[in-house]
Amino acid sequence: MNDSFVTIGKSMKKVDGLAIVRGKPAYTPDYDMPDALVVKLLRSPHAHAIIRSIDSSQALSIPGVVGIFTYQDVERVPYTRAGQGYPEPSPYDTYLLDRKVRYVGDPVAVVAATTEKAALKALRKIKVEYETLDAVFDMKEASKEGSPIIHDESDCSGVYDNSRNIAAHFVMDIGDVEKTLEECEFVIRRTYHVDTQLHAALEPHNALTYLDPVGRLVVISSTQVPFHCRRILSRILKKPIAEIRVIKPRIGGGFGGKQSVIAEPYAALVTLKTGKPARIAYTREEVSMATNIRHEMSYDVIVGAAGDGKIKAISLHGISNTGAYGEHCLTTFMVSGSKTLPLYNKVDAVHFGGDIVYTNLPPAGAYRGYGAPQGLFPLDCAIDELAYEMKMDPLKLKEMNSIREGETSPIFEIMGEGREGVPQIMRSCKLQECIDLGRKAIGWDSKWGKKKRNGNKVRGVGCALAMQGSGIPKIDMGAATIKMNEDGSFNLLVGATDLGTGSDTILAQIAAEVLTVPLEKIIVYSSDTDLTPFDVGAYASSTTYVSGNAVRLAAEKVKEKVLDLAAEYLEKDRSELTLESGVIRGKDGSSVSLSELCTMHMYTFNQQQISESASYVGEESPPPFAASFAEVEIDTDTGKITLVNFVSYADCGLALNPVQAMGQLEGGSMQGIGWALYEDIIYGKDGRMLTNDFFTYKVPSRMDYGKLTCGLVDSYEPTGPFGAKSIGEIGIDTPIPAISNAIFDAAGIRLRHAPFKSERVLFEILNMEV
Amino acid sequence: MRIAFTVNGRLHELDIDPGEYLLEVLRRIGYKSVRRSCNSASCGTCTVLLNGKPILSCSTFAVSIDGQNIETVEGMADGDKLHPIQEAILEEGGAQCGYCIPGVVMTGEALLRENPDPSDEEIRLALNGNICRCTGYEPQNRAIKKAAQVMRGEIDE
Repeated sequence: MNDSFVTIGKSMKKVDGLAIVRGKPAYTPDYDMPDALVVKLLRSPHAHAIIRSIDSSQALSIPGVVGIFTYQDVERVPYTRAGQGYPEPSPYDTYLLDRKVRYVGDPVAVVAATTEKAALKALRKIKVEYETLDAVFDMKEASKEGSPIIHDESDCSGVYDNSRNIAAHFVMDIGDVEKTLEECEFVIRRTYHVDTQLHAALEPHNALTYLDPVGRLVVISSTQVPFHCRRILSRILKKPIAEIRVIKPRIGGGFGGKQSVIAEPYAALVTLKTGKPARIAYTREEVSMATNIRHEMSYDVIVGAAGDGKIKAISLHGISNTGAYGEHCLTTFMVSGSKTLPLYNKVDAVHFGGDIVYTNLPPAGAYRGYGAPQGLFPLDCAIDELAYEMKMDPLKLKEMNSIREGETSPIFEIMGEGREGVPQIMRSCKLQECIDLGRKAIGWDSKWGKKKRNGNKVRGVGCALAMQGSGIPKIDMGAATIKMNEDGSFNLLVGATDLGTGSDTILAQIAAEVLTVPLEKIIVYSSDTDLTPFDVGAYASSTTYVSGNAVRLAAEKVKEKVLDLAAEYLEKDRSELTLESGVIRGKDGSSVSLSELCTMHMYTFNQQQISESASYVGEESPPPFAASFAEVEIDTDTGKITLVNFVSYADCGLALNPVQAMGQLEGGSMQGIGWALYEDIIYGKDGRMLTNDFFTYKVPSRMDYGKLTCGLVDSYEPTGPFGAKSIGEIGIDTPIPAISNAIFDAAGIRLRHAPFKSERVLFEILNMEV
Repeated sequence: MRIAFTVNGRLHELDIDPGEYLLEVLRRIGYKSVRRSCNSASCGTCTVLLNGKPILSCSTFAVSIDGQNIETVEGMADGDKLHPIQEAILEEGGAQCGYCIPGVVMTGEALLRENPDPSDEEIRLALNGNICRCTGYEPQNRAIKKAAQVMRGEIDE
């Protein structure tokens, strides 16, 4: 099928690739602005405290210090940092600066100085008197009687129950789980817990702000959500949207960590207060402990099955830790159910619910997978446990109970993101193909249950199935504008945000394919709120599907327009004309090229700019699917876990650019492997994150895995642009359950708390020996 | 204080603060490919070559390179012609966000100068200090392998 396409389905090199490999100035820190003030934040050393007094006088007398701003200098506006559709389904519980601090790292004062040295010196000279309050760090304690109330302010809104630190709450039931369980022959009841994770994007959060010659605020920022950023800045700074321009240049990774508006407001505040350009650049430590992290979650899971292996009831009841602020709190929790439970769609009863609670820890936010991996861990592993209970191959149990093409699940309609979802039938689901290829690649049939032993080393394999979505249906909107130039090239203007994923490239491929021109003829410009049409931004696996459909529609409109104009010029019937390889031809051999046509319409004949725009909102959110397999080796003397091989096959619809799509699966898998085995956040007793740099927080490196084998299966999603669905997130969903299951297969140890540490394995081995 | 050193063969003579790091100085004089990430010698992003060997510019005092030769990724392409490592990274999908790429290219270059035919294991070991959060490493490892083959004349570009 791909052979009929010119650019679609081909691994075109990234349109921004040349700049990247040559190391060209392309990222926010590369924009020179010699007179920009350096902005630094004084951060709270306490997890929970009231500011009694702030004395900046000494700091202000330091040469080079231009201004110091505290909560007394800014208007108090409750907001959410979450970059989501508006109105956001996150509580308005955050203040630019507040008299109360709620975690170690919460901003207390903003320093602006002419040099970094002066700014750092000023941070040390600001005198703050705190009245410390009791703090709560354990999410299971947070809503108990007597816990300190974290959001006791009267002006926050959208919080489910301030008095019990419950930021949000959700419950959903289909059928009667307890009654159905009574009919089940096998029932598994367990508790699974997954810790938080750092995004660790290599480019720290940073922004540059200045006033343009007419006094409009320009914000250059490493953000995933330029349009949400503009709207939120407008709210906090009381500046009309018309007077703010947000530009996203190339950005050095996001993974959800830049789907909140975090650093920009402080630089913008300085620019508005001083009239001067300002630059804020977080240190690695600040990125780790004072931006956002993944939601820690714990689930009580119940799975019940009939004697023949049919899963009849599933219950996931949990708790999620949103930290000090509630950005993305309800939605990540709902996704942990809505993008996992439909996988096992043949059940009679489902329960999903729980609380999302505040604690005095760094705020959680969006993170690749957006809750789905936290929900999949208990769900997949409980089914795995069920299989062992039934003396069945777990892959077979998952295979026979999982969703297939043409099927649906009532969950799709009940659970959306922060509200109800939309019903949908799986038009494309090649989960079986993913399973078949993955099972072969890992050697499942010869390895599972065999516990291959070599001295003190024993090997095992585990599997996990996953799904995700493609954008948020009926909420997320993307738009594209295409305008034609007289050489037959086209400017493609999109609000969509390429955070390294290659979306600029695949969006250009879509336009090139429709307009029958080579990729070089499409000049992409993205993510500038002044110059590009609206797009919600890069999140929820949406860009290929939502923005891609917008580009396809815009390009089709341009094509129609071009054919209309050519019909007029060639004096032919419109229906006789075809556009191929950039030339419009009639049946009689008459023709006009795109270049000739556009030149004419610019300068001589029926003059007009050939240009069209289109918008797209998903009616559905077709899930990509994946089957993943892990092979681990356990050293039974030391407990050391070695990942021998990780295999992941995915159905992302038609891969518009196979190399880039594979990169998402490989990269997502590695980030999941890191979370499963190496990435461990440790807090001090005072709530301070101790693992706030790359020495103490272990991002996996090249020697930390054995083999990584990824692949894409043939698939075609009819509602997607040229058959495509998403691939950005799904890779991260499976490593935790697959590795946990493999550890069990190898050593008979069921680890229900991720990340999985070798020490824990050793303790379990020692326990078994006793 | 005044120091002199070359970057990609070009002589630079300038005043620096004694406490300044090489990363800051290189960025200040326009070598923006040298990027800051961890700022504590633990991610490899800011790697440049000092007399042909990879070093971390975020934790190297600028004063210590007086009279020596630095290479950055800006100097790798020959006019419009990319270095084989750069070309292979584009072909294999080794660059996603691209923030780590200058460090990866320079470390890869140092490896291939020393060992023109590295095994998979040797590539991983040599680049183990270059963190990439996007690609899962495999496309970059493949790219280094491919570039080595191109440089040995075994396959065409």
